[in-house]
Order: sequence, then structure tokens, then C-alpha cells
Amino acid sequence: MNTIGHFQKTGDADMLDKLLYYFQFPFVTYALIAGALTALCSSVFGVTLVLRRFSFIGDGLSHVAFFGMAIAGVLSVSNSMLIVMPVTIICAIAVLCTGKNSKIRGDASIAMLSVGALALGYLVMNLFSVSSNLSGDVCSTLFGSASILTLSLSEVWLCVILSAAVILLFVLFYNKIFSVTFDSDFAQSTGIRTRIFNLLSAVVIAVIIVLAMNLVGSLLISALIIFPALSAMRLFKSYRAVIIFSAVFSVVCAVAGILTAVLTGTPVGSTVVAVDIAGFLICCGCGLILRRA
Amino acid sequence: MISLKCENLYVGYDGKTVAGPFDFEIGSGDYLCVVGNNGSGKTTFMKTLLGLLPPVSGRIVFGGGRTHPGVGYLPQQTSVQRDFPATAKEIVLSGCAGKMFLSRADKRKAEFNMNRTGVLSVGNKCYRELSGGQQQRVLLARALCAANDIMLLDEPVSGLDPTAAKEMYKIIKELNRDGMTIIMISHDMQSVAENASCILHVGDTIYFGGRDEYYRSFSENGGR
Repeated sequence: MNTIGHFQKTGDADMLDKLLYYFQFPFVTYALIAGALTALCSSVFGVTLVLRRFSFIGDGLSHVAFFGMAIAGVLSVSNSMLIVMPVTIICAIAVLCTGKNSKIRGDASIAMLSVGALALGYLVMNLFSVSSNLSGDVCSTLFGSASILTLSLSEVWLCVILSAAVILLFVLFYNKIFSVTFDSDFAQSTGIRTRIFNLLSAVVIAVIIVLAMNLVGSLLISALIIFPALSAMRLFKSYRAVIIFSAVFSVVCAVAGILTAVLTGTPVGSTVVAVDIAGFLICCGCGLILRRA
Repeated sequence: MISLKCENLYVGYDGKTVAGPFDFEIGSGDYLCVVGNNGSGKTTFMKTLLGLLPPVSGRIVFGGGRTHPGVGYLPQQTSVQRDFPATAKEIVLSGCAGKMFLSRADKRKAEFNMNRTGVLSVGNKCYRELSGGQQQRVLLARALCAANDIMLLDEPVSGLDPTAAKEMYKIIKELNRDGMTIIMISHDMQSVAENASCILHVGDTIYFGGRDEYYRSFSENGGR
């Protein structure tokens, strides 16, 4: 957890020097690239999730991803993505595609999945763990701690490719996403195949969540999804402006959070979320002033 | 010319029949009002016409044998929409969103339809800041962007004040005069009596007939 500690310079070198010093290490650049891209993806789809009343889905699915991590850890799979990604995608489809007429309602099924996966994940880790530092493992999966600062080059590339795919899908289907989010019955009546659409968005959301686990850990993922969207909605009135602002907001907060964490040695995930919260409060304030004026 | 024809149609969810059999046809330019108690299956019938639900049995034929009939739809508002951050124009344009990218022609169409329903001047305002009547007219303009010649409306005036409701009926009447076939679910019997050319009563028995016939049999049977 103390990756930063080793690099901490003594003396009172000023911030810029310290920053330039850290940029000599590739892991800082990797963290910034991966963090900014993850933040970008989660914010653009976050707007859709918040508007469809699915804010909590990030939380639910990230606990599923935690469960996947636990399984991967026990099986000592070299690349945990191979297990985490499919498990999360399957659960995302199960939750998002059950529709309005299922026996268990949307919010209840997410809550059920979320606590169930968390409990089973921890149980599996405890029963079969091969690691010597169990609580450290659990803590780093839940809160991300420094995992974004330990990314390898291939992980960064995977992140870049997945993010590019997510953004490309979003741009291509922008109009359809708007139509389905605003009114899925109407969208279907204009010939948009909403079932396939929901399936696709479930997959995309699962991918984003697995990506975001590296940045903030599984307990804090919802923050990346809801804060940019809610901040943008305080200030802007058109959908396009809300999307653009939340993307910018999210990337700025992620970069600022990572840099702060690197400089001060705080945990990355919670620092990023703290910056998000500060940004949200500022937007709330600006929103109030704008409405008075 | 036939605009819509239902042949021995039963509607419902998951193979369970809610209402039927529907056996009727309407011509283009007709103004059909669908009446009946809550829970009788009016909205299910509407959703089946739109292709949102498969028919339990029987079939629906649209004029000219088209498969995707270009039916406009004005649904009841949902809670999601009331605080949605989008401009009126963005919402109207989503009526053209069956395709990937919007063309200049789509934008002209959106403006034309906003003008028809009288919301062109509030095009850049946020949807949640509009009055109930304006919101409903924005949704009507969106439906017009998707419609060729049939418009389905699900209780278009519910929750509107009397002035806004009157305005809404006036616009719908004008659309009808321009040749649009109107199919409207309504609880407002006064407007049904004023505007409808034919009436479909959904309940334990399905009744279809011209407006005057309906009222005659209604008074003879002492209500259905």
C-alpha cells in the first residue's frame, strides 16, 4: 500500500519539482492515462444510468466484480480479468434485461445481488485463500488503494482499447441512447430494438465497472458514475451539454485526484472521490447562484 | 382507404389474454376514441398496435400492407421524464432517432412539427421547465416526427388544466383535418362526444361502432 512512500522526497522541494520528479516514473503516467479514460467512460454512461434510475447499479455490479476477483484469486488465475469480466457481464445482463414485469423489482434485485456477491466473495477468500495478507487483499480490492499505480503496460493498453470501444459506441449510438433513456416504449415504437440495446448497454456497463475497479476499488465505483452526472445536471439544461460537462468534470477530477494522491501519499480511490464530492458541491453552489440571478 | 384493420385480435401479456376479440377496421382520416374502465386493457391494446407487445392471437393489418407502419405514439408521461435534462428540441428530434445520424431534413421536420404544435418558441428551453401543456405538445411534436399517417394517443390530456386540455384537443383535431388517422384512449366523455368519428369500447365485451350508434346503444342498454 505504500508504493508512494518509497518515492517520497525529503526536504521541502516545492510541488512542481516534486511533480516533475514523479513523472519520471512510468507508473504515474500509466495511472493518469488509465484513470482519465476510466473516468471519461463512467461519466458518459453514468448520465444514462442516473436518468434511468439505475444509480446503484455500479455498486451492485462492482460487488459482483469483487466476487469475481475472489474466485480469480483462489484459482490463482494469472489474468484475473478473464474471470471478473464474464461474471460481471452476466450479472449486468441479468439485472438490466429483466424488465418491468419480473417478480423481483429492479432496485431489490440489485440490492440482493450486491450483498450476496460481497458476502460470498469474502467467504471464498477466507476459506480458500493462499495469500498471507488477507485483510490487505480485501482492502485493496474494496478501496482500490494503490492498484492504479501498479498497472503494467499491457493493462494500460487493455484499458485504452476498451475505453476507445466504449466511447465509440457512445458516439455512434448517441441519438438512440437519448431516445431509449428518455422513453423506451416510444423508442421501440420508432423501430429501435430496445432488447438488443439493453443487452449491449449491460455489457458496456460491466466493462466500465471492471475498468473502474482499478481506479477506485469496488466500494467507490458508484461515485464515478453519479457525481459527474449529478453535477452536470445542476448546471445545464440540454442533454448534450450535460454529457459534455460531466465528461470534462469527471476527467478533471480523476486527474486532480490522482496527482493529489501521488503528491500527498493518500489512497488514490478515496482521494479521487473526495475531489468529485468537492466538485459536486461547487456545482450545487453555482447552480443556486444561476437560478437566483 | 383502410388505415388499420384488426382480425380476431386478442391482446395481453405473456400469452395471457387481457382483452379481445377485436374485430374492426378504420379508414384513413378517422378519429377513433378508445374508452373503457381502468384495467380493461386499453393500454395493452395500444401497445399491441405499436408492436411493443406481440398479439396473443389474431392479426393487425395496416393500410397498404406496410410492415413498419410509421405510427406516431404519444404515451403517458413517466416520472423519469419530469426532471429530464434535455431541451424541447432534443426531445422532438428523438422522434427521428430510428437511424444512426440525423440529417438536415430531420431537423427541418422537427422544426415543422414543433411549429404545428406551437412549441417552436420554447425549443431551446429545458423540458422540465415547461408547463404541463407545453410538455405534452413537445411529446406530440416528437410523435409527429415518427408518424406517417396514424397517431396513437394515450390519455393526452391527463393532468392538464382545462385550458391546456382544450388547446391539446384543438391541435389533435387540426391534425385529423390534415388527414392524420387518430386513435386516442380517453376518459373525457365530453370530448369523445364532440370529436370522435367512431368509438371502441374495451371491457368484458368489445364494442365498435360509429359515434352516434354508440350513444344510441349506450342509452338503450343503460350503460355498459
